[in-house]
Amino acid sequence: MKRFLLVTLAILLVLSLSVFGKVKIVYWQYYFETKVKAIDELIKEFQKLYPDIEVEHVTFPYEAFNEKVAASVPAGTGPDVVNLYYGWIPKYVTSGYLQPLPENEFSDEYFQKNFFPFVAKGVEFMGKRYAIPIAVRSLALFWNKDLFKEAKLDPEKPPRTLQELVEVAKKLTKYDKQGNIVQAGLATQPSGQGHHWIREVLVRQFGGSPYNDDYTKVTYHEVPEALKFYTDLITVHKVGYPGFMNDDITAFTSQSAAMNIDGSFRIAALKKAGINFGVAELPEHNGIKSNFASFWANGITSTCTGEKLDAAIKFVKFLASEMVMEMWLEKVGELPANPAVAQKYYNDPIYGPFLRGLEYAHATFFVDETAQRKVMMDAVDKVWLKGVSPEQAFREAAQEEQEILDKFWKSVGK
Amino acid sequence: MTAYLFLLVPLTFFVFVRFYPMISAFYMSFTDWNIISPVKNFVGFSNYVRIFKDSVFRISLLNTLKYVVLGVPSVIILSLGLALLLNNVTKGQSLYRLIYVMPYITPIVATSWVWRWMYQRPPTGVINNFLSFLGLPARSFLMSTTEALPSIVATTVWVEVGYCVIIFLAGLQNIPKEYLEAAKVDGANRRQLLFKITIPLLNPVIVFLSVMETIMFLRIFTQVYNMTDQGSGGPLNSTLPLVLYIYQKAFKSFDMGTAAAATVVLFLMILGITVLQLKVLNRRVQY
Amino acid sequence: MTRSDRIVKIVSYIVLTALTVVMVFPFFWMVLSSLKPFREIYRPYLFPKSPTLANYQKIMSASLFPRWFLNSLIVALSTTFSVLFFDSLVGYTIAKYSFPGRNIIFLFILSTLMIPTEMLIIPWYVMSSRLGWIDTYWGIMFPGMITAFGIFLMKQFMETIPDDLLDAARIDGVSEFGIFWRVALPLVKPALASLAILNFIGNWNAFLWPLIVSSKPRMYTLPVGLATFSSENLMHWELIMTGATVSTIPLIIVFLIFQKQIIRGIMLSGLKG
Repeated sequence: MKRFLLVTLAILLVLSLSVFGKVKIVYWQYYFETKVKAIDELIKEFQKLYPDIEVEHVTFPYEAFNEKVAASVPAGTGPDVVNLYYGWIPKYVTSGYLQPLPENEFSDEYFQKNFFPFVAKGVEFMGKRYAIPIAVRSLALFWNKDLFKEAKLDPEKPPRTLQELVEVAKKLTKYDKQGNIVQAGLATQPSGQGHHWIREVLVRQFGGSPYNDDYTKVTYHEVPEALKFYTDLITVHKVGYPGFMNDDITAFTSQSAAMNIDGSFRIAALKKAGINFGVAELPEHNGIKSNFASFWANGITSTCTGEKLDAAIKFVKFLASEMVMEMWLEKVGELPANPAVAQKYYNDPIYGPFLRGLEYAHATFFVDETAQRKVMMDAVDKVWLKGVSPEQAFREAAQEEQEILDKFWKSVGK
Repeated sequence: MTAYLFLLVPLTFFVFVRFYPMISAFYMSFTDWNIISPVKNFVGFSNYVRIFKDSVFRISLLNTLKYVVLGVPSVIILSLGLALLLNNVTKGQSLYRLIYVMPYITPIVATSWVWRWMYQRPPTGVINNFLSFLGLPARSFLMSTTEALPSIVATTVWVEVGYCVIIFLAGLQNIPKEYLEAAKVDGANRRQLLFKITIPLLNPVIVFLSVMETIMFLRIFTQVYNMTDQGSGGPLNSTLPLVLYIYQKAFKSFDMGTAAAATVVLFLMILGITVLQLKVLNRRVQY
Repeated sequence: MTRSDRIVKIVSYIVLTALTVVMVFPFFWMVLSSLKPFREIYRPYLFPKSPTLANYQKIMSASLFPRWFLNSLIVALSTTFSVLFFDSLVGYTIAKYSFPGRNIIFLFILSTLMIPTEMLIIPWYVMSSRLGWIDTYWGIMFPGMITAFGIFLMKQFMETIPDDLLDAARIDGVSEFGIFWRVALPLVKPALASLAILNFIGNWNAFLWPLIVSSKPRMYTLPVGLATFSSENLMHWELIMTGATVSTIPLIIVFLIFQKQIIRGIMLSGLKG
């Protein structure tokens, strides 16, 4: 009799634990001090709101992101929610790693109401949407006010058009006796943000479009003037070259480059380095404005089901709320993905130009960002190292990229 | 026999830790696996066909051979020369040994960064400044499609030399003085001593280091990854070695099948070259 | 000393000292960089205008820094002991016993050097996660417990031991293992020292596998922990250089300690082909 009671008690105990037990989800993010701290705080708040959910926050060095994911899949030890670069979504989706966001929770209206238009397009693949960002980034023109003053230019007047950009850059470039660049007027680094600038901004400004609407065809080779404008900076106007001072970031941060086209993520570092810099919207051309936006977004993995899935949905939505976005801007310095929140900062001298650029930004659909970036890097190198004409280099680049796209679409069955 | 008993644990270890993953890799080369998918389709030899059609793969094969041809003789000759000089020196030998091994001890990410700075164009590049001091024209080094690979070889040689010097030194110090004395008595001059006695007696060391350094250069990866723009093996693939090609395919393009096929090619290449080296260089030394 | 000997000696000193500059200069640069504040790290000049120890403070007071250091120490020491034992045992066996399949086994072991580590990490990870080795010391250590390089090295050494010594011990009734442990090993102490230090250095600097197999920062080894100071868009080079300097110092100490043994020891390595 005693034993019977004990056993029943034990069973009841176990049952009650499982009924009142918490649902645990795992969240993966690469290690970045401010982001990690911010997420840890947010998790505490989230767990207060939903006491029956526990979130485990796992981080790792950025360098090995893909290796980490790659190793975890065959071992089945991945996360429930993962923070990934939007450009990797097609790859991750076609491998069955991510599941589509449930449409009732994340409807068209939800996206329209809460995010810039390029976000919905950027997380979409084959008609379904897969992730939600907290913050986004865009490009802008950074300029060094001290160097402007030195060159007798008005430090509050950055170039507004591509023409002005070239003129100003020439005035800001300094050479030594042998003709080597000592100070670059405009840092030119395709491997940095340069390739984005060529692809999404210059191509459009010269009247073309980088790809067709469903990203099955490369079309930028139809406007070789875009590549020519970029390579002329190196070969004709001689205002900079790839690899100057190792890379454009080093060049601008060490005050060896007077201007740079870079992303909003650079702001913290420049402030820390004590540079007197200004930010302006990207120069326009022919009245056309364009920008490249990118973001890291939170997606839900396919292995997450049942209660965990419900918990994951709640977590992802929580992270995309307006309150979180404002806090993110303060603590991490990244731009809010929500237009309503963004508008509050339009007049900020630093964030304003980036935010305004979001309105007309495009987020390129990448099937293999590393390879596609390399295609553009090689095109620029061919022109300035090998003397190939921009027309030919752009054509060859388009061909290489077309092969990459073709291979991808074929593997997806299109 | 006892031999097998002693070998039991280590061999089992190797089978699990090295052999099984090797077989895995070989098997993967016949599939189209893309790592994050549970699906693996058998595709026969198509990966192999594809890589040999890929001009980038062929370039990386050529580059890898260039690394070996430029790097291994440089390391061996330089470290042998340095060891011979060091052998003449009695005071401060310990200090020199430490100094020469410093590059080998220091983390590659740090040394690569410093060398990138040193290779910069004027006016920031230390090496170019030195060249102009000598009245020589400036070079583009890492930014030139022809100079980048030799530049990286130079840095790698700089790392490997210290380690080889130490091994050579030991080999030199072990040559019985009697042989050298006897030869001197017979009227041999310095040159003859060096080439007819010292170096032949060092042959086993030379073989050992040649084999190990060749394997090292065939597998070169980290220096190139850290010294090129975004680790791309540029400019324009001029520095891309085979292992970097494999790495890019596996972890950037998630194309494991192709990466595995290239790994198999690399393995066969290293195996072939090593066996050849052992046969050709191994000569019995007559005392 | 003849006149020509003296000239050679002087020339040797000159060349060696000149080359010292080349050898040490990058290291010197690295240490100087570690003393620069962030805003100076991107400048091309060598000496910091406002040297600071802040980087060292930042790295060493990172809450997990002592733990990372300890992890690296544990892993490097454990693998080194294992390698010293097993590699010498296998080297000895291949050198001193003749048995069918000996050459094939040696070639098989050597062939394990021919696959790049990057391709092995995925099968290793699958194995580790199935066997519960993730975030454990064993998980980090196991690939390095026995190495083909060490076996090759020890084989070279063991071959120089006269067989008579071993036979004499056999006649005296010593067990086979005893012959290995008490007769052969002591004769190759210098080789063991060199293997120890090379293995220690290699394990200390290992990055990729320790990174993959550890998900909790508490289990990171030093190089992995230091990598968290750089990220997607902000390379804190001054911290990376500081981390590199900090990481190099224990190795210098270990090298100095073992140096004497190494030189005497490596004296015989590779001598017999």
